[in-house]
Amino acid sequence: MTQLLQLFANPLVYLLVALIAILTFIALNGLILVYVERKVAGFIQRRPGPFEVGPHGLLQPLADALKLVGKQLVVPRDADRILFWAAPLLSFAPVAVCLLPIPFGPHLVGLNVNLGVLLVLAFSGLNVLALCLAGWGSNNKYALLGAARAVAQSVAYEIPLLLSVLCVAFTSGSLNFAEITASQTHGLLSWNVFTQPVAFLIFFVSALAETNRAPFDLPEAESELTAGFHTEYSGMGFGLFFLAEYSYMIVVCAVASVLFLGGWSGPFLSGHWWMLGKIYALILAMMWFRWTYPRVRFDQLLNLCWKWLIPLSLINLMATALIINLVR
Amino acid sequence: MTTIQKTLKGLWSLIVGLKVTGKEFCKPWITVHYPRQEVTNLESYRGHIDLVPRPDEPKKPLCIVCKRCEEVCPSGCIRVEGHVPGEQTGEARQLLLISNVPLPNSAARDPICAADKTLRVLDGFTLNYNYCSLCGLCVQCCPVSSLTFSSDVYLAGGSRRDFEYDLLRRLKNRKIKV
Amino acid sequence: MLDKPSFSLNGDYYSSRFSQLGKGEGDTLVLNLGPQHPSTHGVLRVIVELDGEYVLRAEPVLGYIHRMHEKMAEVKTYIQYLPNMGRVDYLHALAWNWAYVGAVEKLMGLEVPARAEYIRVITCELNRICSHLLWWGAYVLDLGGFTPILYAFDDREILMDILQIPTGSRLTYCYYRFGGVSADLTETFLTQTRNFIERFKTRIPMYHDLVTGNMILRGRCEDIGALPVEMARRYGATGPVLRGSGVAYDVRRFEPYSVYDKFDFDIPVGKNGDAMDRYDVRMAEMEQSVRIIEQALNSMPDGPFVNPDVPDRILPPAGETYFAVEGARGKIGVYLVSDGTAKPYRLKLRAPGYSNLHVFAELAQGTILADAVSILGSLDLVIPEIDR
Repeated sequence: MTQLLQLFANPLVYLLVALIAILTFIALNGLILVYVERKVAGFIQRRPGPFEVGPHGLLQPLADALKLVGKQLVVPRDADRILFWAAPLLSFAPVAVCLLPIPFGPHLVGLNVNLGVLLVLAFSGLNVLALCLAGWGSNNKYALLGAARAVAQSVAYEIPLLLSVLCVAFTSGSLNFAEITASQTHGLLSWNVFTQPVAFLIFFVSALAETNRAPFDLPEAESELTAGFHTEYSGMGFGLFFLAEYSYMIVVCAVASVLFLGGWSGPFLSGHWWMLGKIYALILAMMWFRWTYPRVRFDQLLNLCWKWLIPLSLINLMATALIINLVR
Repeated sequence: MTTIQKTLKGLWSLIVGLKVTGKEFCKPWITVHYPRQEVTNLESYRGHIDLVPRPDEPKKPLCIVCKRCEEVCPSGCIRVEGHVPGEQTGEARQLLLISNVPLPNSAARDPICAADKTLRVLDGFTLNYNYCSLCGLCVQCCPVSSLTFSSDVYLAGGSRRDFEYDLLRRLKNRKIKV
Repeated sequence: MLDKPSFSLNGDYYSSRFSQLGKGEGDTLVLNLGPQHPSTHGVLRVIVELDGEYVLRAEPVLGYIHRMHEKMAEVKTYIQYLPNMGRVDYLHALAWNWAYVGAVEKLMGLEVPARAEYIRVITCELNRICSHLLWWGAYVLDLGGFTPILYAFDDREILMDILQIPTGSRLTYCYYRFGGVSADLTETFLTQTRNFIERFKTRIPMYHDLVTGNMILRGRCEDIGALPVEMARRYGATGPVLRGSGVAYDVRRFEPYSVYDKFDFDIPVGKNGDAMDRYDVRMAEMEQSVRIIEQALNSMPDGPFVNPDVPDRILPPAGETYFAVEGARGKIGVYLVSDGTAKPYRLKLRAPGYSNLHVFAELAQGTILADAVSILGSLDLVIPEIDR
C-alpha cells in the first residue's frame, strides 16, 4: 500500500493517472452531455426527446456511439488522406491537456502549474488548426468555407477571451488556477463574477464563439454550409469532432467557473460537487441559448468582436489596472 | 446614444427570448407518444376506401356494379368485376334486388341505374392503394353509398402487394360488432 | 486530376456553363447549392459564384420536381383533375383547389351557394395560416433557430386536425367541388375553430417575443434583400413579396372573388421591401386571416353546401377563362381552355412562387452567402409549385 502511494508520488505516474482519469471523465461527460442536450432540446420544444433506448432513453448516447464506431471510414476522392484523418485527432487530443491544470477540488488537480491559465488557452487554440485542416483536407467547397469561417472566428474571439482572463489575473495576481480559486473562497461576494461582471460576460460570449456553439455556430452553419468543416466526415471522424465540441464546452465552462464562479468553493458539499455543479449550470445555459436563438451572420459576428467586445474588454482591463493601482 | 439604446433594447430582446423558451421548458409534452398513446381524431380521417355492407346482410356489399367509381378514379386504381346472374327466380332474385335501398337523385336520373335495378352481383372489388390519391371522388359518385372511408392509418408493408386490397374479402372477413 | 475521366470537377451541364459565363478573374468559387441542401426547401438548385463569402451571381435551376401537372389536365376529365390541385402547392392546397374549381365554375356559369362560399373562405384562410406558420418556422430554421418551427407545428397540428374534419386529409386537400364543397362543416369544426382562434391570439405575441423582436433575427433580416417596387413589377412578383415592398395588391381586395368583399380586413404592407418587411407582412396576414375567419363564422348562412344542380358529367362549353385567387404566396391563376369535351383542351397554372423565385437571382447579387439564404427563405418558396 505504501509502495503504491510512493508510486503516486512520482510526478510522471501522477500525471499519467490524471490524464487517464481526465480522458475517462471526458468520454463519460460526452455521453452525458449528448443526452442532456437532446433532452433539453426536447423539453424546450415540448417533446420527450430520446426515449426508446433504455429507461427514458438513457442508453441512447451509448447506442449512437456504438453506431459511430461501427461505421465505415470513408475518405472522399481527391481528399488529402493524412490531413483528413489528422484533423479529428488534432481536434480531440488537446482537450485532455486543457483539463489537466484545472482544480476540481482543493486537492483534486492533475497538474498544479503557475501558468495554468496560459496552458489552457494555448492548447485550446489548437482546435482551430484542426478545423482548418479538416476543411482543407476534405476537398469540399462547403468544408473549405466552414474552415475559413472557423479561422477568422477563432482568431478574433481569442483576443477578448484573453483580455477578460487578464482582468481576473490582475485582480488575483496569479495565473495559477489554484490560487485564483483560493482568492475567491471568502464567501459569495468574493467571486470574480461580482468584481468583474463585464469580464465574465465577455468571457462567456467569447467562449460560445470559441466552442462554435449557437448562436455562433458559423463554421458548421447547417442551413448555409450543410455541415461546414465536417461535411465529409462520417463514422468516428465525425464522432471525434462531436466529442471534441462537447469536451471544449466542458473546458471553457470549467475555466469560467474557476475564474469567475469560485471554482470548487461552496458550503456544505465537497469541492468537486460544487465544481461539477457550476460547470453543468454554465453548460445548461449554453444549451438554452442554442435552442432559443437564430444564428448571427458572419460579418456581424466579427463586428461584435472587433467593435464591441475588444474595446469593451480593453476598457475593462484598463479600469481594472487603474483601480488595482489606486487601491494599492 | 441611439446606438446604445438600440443595443440595450436588443439585449433585452435576447432575455425575453430566453424567458419564452424557459417557460416552454417547464410545460409538459404536447407530442403524442406514439406506441404508448395514439391520436384520437381518427374517425374524421379518410383512409383508403372500404365497401359498405347491406344492413340486413353484413357479408354482402351494397355495391351494384355500376362501375362509376372505376370510371371516375383519377389514378385508375379501382377494379370492379361483376356478373349478371342467370335465371334466378323467387326469393333469390328478390335478394339481389336492392330496390329497397333508396337511390340518390343523381342516380335515379341516370338511365343505367334506373333501368335495370341492378341484377348484377359483385365478384371482385380490388383497390390498388399504391396509386390512390385519397381524393374521395369514388365515394362521392357512388349512387348507392356503397363506399366509405376506413380510418386505417397504421399501414406498413414489405412490398407493394401488401397494398393491393381485395375489398370484397375485407368485407367478408370483417368482424361484426355486436 | 484531369486524367480521371469518370468524374469532372467542372460540374454538370448547368454549372459548367455557369462557370464559363464568369469573368474569369481568378479567385471565384462556383458553389452548387442543392438540389439537396437544407435551406433550399425541397429540390431547388441554386448555382452561386462566390468571391470569398460574397455572392457574385446566383442562378436558380428548376425542374427537379416537374410532374407535368398542366399536361396531366389534358388527359383527365374535369373532375379527375381535382386531386392534382392539392399537390401543386401542398402548403396552401385549398387555394389551388379554389382556383381550379373557380375557373371551371366561371366557364360553366355555375352558381355556388352562399354557405359553400363561406365554407370556402373559412377553410382557405385556415389553410393560409397553416402555410404562413410553416413558412415562419422554416424561415427561422434557415436563420439557425431550431425551436420556433416546433412551436409553429404545435399550432399547425391543431389547424390540420381542424381541417381534417371536413376534408378528411391533413395536407393535400381535395375538398372543393364544382359548385360547392364535398362536405358540410360540423359543429365540432366550428367550436374547434373558435377555440383555435382564441388560442392563436395568445400565441402570436409569444411568436413576436421569441423571434420578431429578437436582436439577432432583426440583424439577419433588416435591410437584407430590399426589393424595389419596380423590380417586383418587372418579375411579376405577387403576394407578401410584393406587399412587403409597399404595394397593397391583394386579389381578395382588387379582383374580389367569392364573398371576400363582405369582410372587413386590412392588407398589411411593408416599406422597404427587405426581408423583415416580408416577414412582418406575413405575420400580420395571419392576424388578418383570423379576422376574416371570425367574421365568416359569425355571419355564416344556412343552406346547401353544394349546388344541387351540378350535372354529373362536367362538360363546360367551348371557350376560355381565367380565374385568380390570392394564395399564401401570391396570385394563383388558372387559365382554362375548353373545346366542349369532357377533358380540358389546355390548362395553364400561374404559380406565384415561380415569379417570386426569380427575384432572388437579382437580389442575391453582392450579398454574402448567409444573406442569400435569408433572402431565399423570405421569399417563401414551395418548389413543387414552382416546377409544377
